[in-house]
Amino acid sequence: MKIKVGLAQLKPSLGDLERNLELHLSLIKRAKSDKLDLIVFPELSLTGYFLKDMVPVVSLDLQASIIEKLKQESKGISIIFGFVEESENHEFYNSAAYLEDGRVIKVHRKVYLPTYGMFDEQRYFGSGERIRAFETKFGRVGILICEDAWHPSTSYILAEDGAKLVFFLSSSPARGIREGEQIGSAQIWERINRTTAFSYSLYVVSVNRVGYEDGVNFWGGSEIIGPDGQVVAKGEYLQEGFLSETLDLGKVRRARMYTPLLRDEKLYLTLRELERIYEQRAANQP
Amino acid sequence: MNKELLINPELTARLLKDFIADEVRKVGFSKVVIGLSGGIDSATTAYLAVSSLGPEGVSGIMMPYRTSNPQSEKDALLVTERLGIEHLRVDITPMVEPLFQTFPQMDRLRRGNVMARERMVILYDQSREKSALVLGTSNKTEYLLGYTTLWGDMACALAPLGDLYKTQVYQLAAFLGVPPRILQKKPSADLWAGQTDEEELGFTYEKVDTLLYYMVDKRFTFSELEELGYKREFVKDVFKRIQTSQYKRRLPLIAKLSERTIDRDFRYPRDWGR
Repeated sequence: MKIKVGLAQLKPSLGDLERNLELHLSLIKRAKSDKLDLIVFPELSLTGYFLKDMVPVVSLDLQASIIEKLKQESKGISIIFGFVEESENHEFYNSAAYLEDGRVIKVHRKVYLPTYGMFDEQRYFGSGERIRAFETKFGRVGILICEDAWHPSTSYILAEDGAKLVFFLSSSPARGIREGEQIGSAQIWERINRTTAFSYSLYVVSVNRVGYEDGVNFWGGSEIIGPDGQVVAKGEYLQEGFLSETLDLGKVRRARMYTPLLRDEKLYLTLRELERIYEQRAANQP
Repeated sequence: MNKELLINPELTARLLKDFIADEVRKVGFSKVVIGLSGGIDSATTAYLAVSSLGPEGVSGIMMPYRTSNPQSEKDALLVTERLGIEHLRVDITPMVEPLFQTFPQMDRLRRGNVMARERMVILYDQSREKSALVLGTSNKTEYLLGYTTLWGDMACALAPLGDLYKTQVYQLAAFLGVPPRILQKKPSADLWAGQTDEEELGFTYEKVDTLLYYMVDKRFTFSELEELGYKREFVKDVFKRIQTSQYKRRLPLIAKLSERTIDRDFRYPRDWGR
C-alpha cells in the first residue's frame, strides 16, 4: 500500500484558536488539492506551545465546534493534529487526535510531560496513561508527542503493538549553537528518528513546528525516515513549509525481511526482566 | 579560546535575525531603535537588526556625554554609514549636568548610572516617536555579572545578545562584518576617560566567560571548577557577583496577598495571543 502524506510545518499563534483553525483549514485544502491521503500537524498545532495559564482557556472537548469542523474536513483526507483536550472531569491533556472519514478514531494523550529546565508541562497538564497502536485505513499506526519519543520504551511498545508507521508530533525548541554543528536539539531528534525507524523497521513521520514564543525558537526540520533508517524526505529548518511524500508499506516488509529484528525480539524476556526489576524496586522502597 | 565557547556564527546569526523579525512584527511593529555607543555589542545588534528588518527598519541613536571618547562616536557613525541606517545624535550633557550640579559629591558610579538612565529616557522617547521597539545590547556576561545599570542600559523590549557571552559576541560580530576597528578596541562602558571593562572587572572576558560557561551552563560545583584549574577565590568572587545581582534580572517583588498574584500564579507568556 502507498500513502501520500503531507507534513504541515506551521507557525501557530500563541493562544489564538480561531487564527490557528484558519491556518489548519488552508493547509488541509492544499493537501486535498494535492490529492494527499493524510496530513499531519505538529504538537499543540491548534494552540501554540508555551500556553501557561491559557491552557484552560484554549482547551476543547471532543464535541467542540472546532473539532467538529475538522471532523467534517476529514471526510476527504485523514488528519492528525495537536490540541489541548479537556476531559469530562476537567482534566487538561496535551493531546493529538487522528481523524478519519468524519470520525475521531484515536486520541493520544502525551504521557511524558517534560518538567525541567525550560519546560513546565506537569504544572498545566495531566499525563496520559496509554501508549497504543491503532487501526486506520492505512494499517496499524501509532502517535507519540514530543518528549514521548525521547523514551525508547514508547516506540518499542508501538512497534510490538503492530505499528508500521509512527507519527511524532513536536514543538521542539532550538538550543545549542556549537561551532561546526547544527542546532543541538535538532541533532538529538534526528538521531532518535533514525534509530527508532531502524530499530523497529517502521516509518517515522516527524513533524516539528517553527516560529518563536517569548524568544524561544522552534526549529522545524520535519522529516520522514524509512524503515531502513534512511531519510525519505526532509523539510527546511527554521521556516514554514509543507513537505509531502509517498510512503510505501512494501518498504516495511522488505526491511523486516532484510533485518528481522522485530521477529527475533523476545517480548516475554523483556517483560519478565522488567517485572523482576519492578518487583525488586518495589521491595527495596524505604 | 576554550572550544566550548566557540559558536556556529552562521546559525546564531540566523536564529537572532529571525528572532528580531518575529518578535518585532508580531506585536505590530516594523522598526527598532538602538543606542549606538561605538562598541561591539551595539554594533553587532545593529548589524543583526538590519539583516532582519532592512536599513529602513533601524535607527541608531548616539548619545555622547562631554567626556565620552570622541573615537566612540566616530565608530558609531561608521556603523550607521556601513549599514545605511538613519541616525540621530543627542548630547546628554545638558540633561545630566543639572543633576550632577545638584549633587556635586556624586561619585563616578552614580554618574555612570545617571548617564545610562538618561540614554534610556531618550531611547524610549524615540521609540514612541518612531513607533519602534527598543533593542537592548547587553550580553550574557554582563547580565550574569550585573555589570549593567538597572532601568538604564538594561531597559529594552528585546535583547538579542542576552544569551551570548562577550567572547561569543566577538565571533558573531566578525561573521556579520562589523568593522575591524570596532572588533579590535578594548571593551569600555566609556563612562569616564580611559575606562576599560576588563580593568574595572579585574579579569579578562575570556577568563570569566569560560568560568561562567562551566558554572552556569554546565552547573559544575565549586570543587569541580577548582579541578578545572580555577582559583577558589575567583570562583567565589564571580558567584557572589551573580548572586548579588540577581535582583537586576527579575521584575520587582510583589507582596503576595490575593489568590492570584502577578507572575506568581498569574502566568502568561509575553506573546500572549500573538
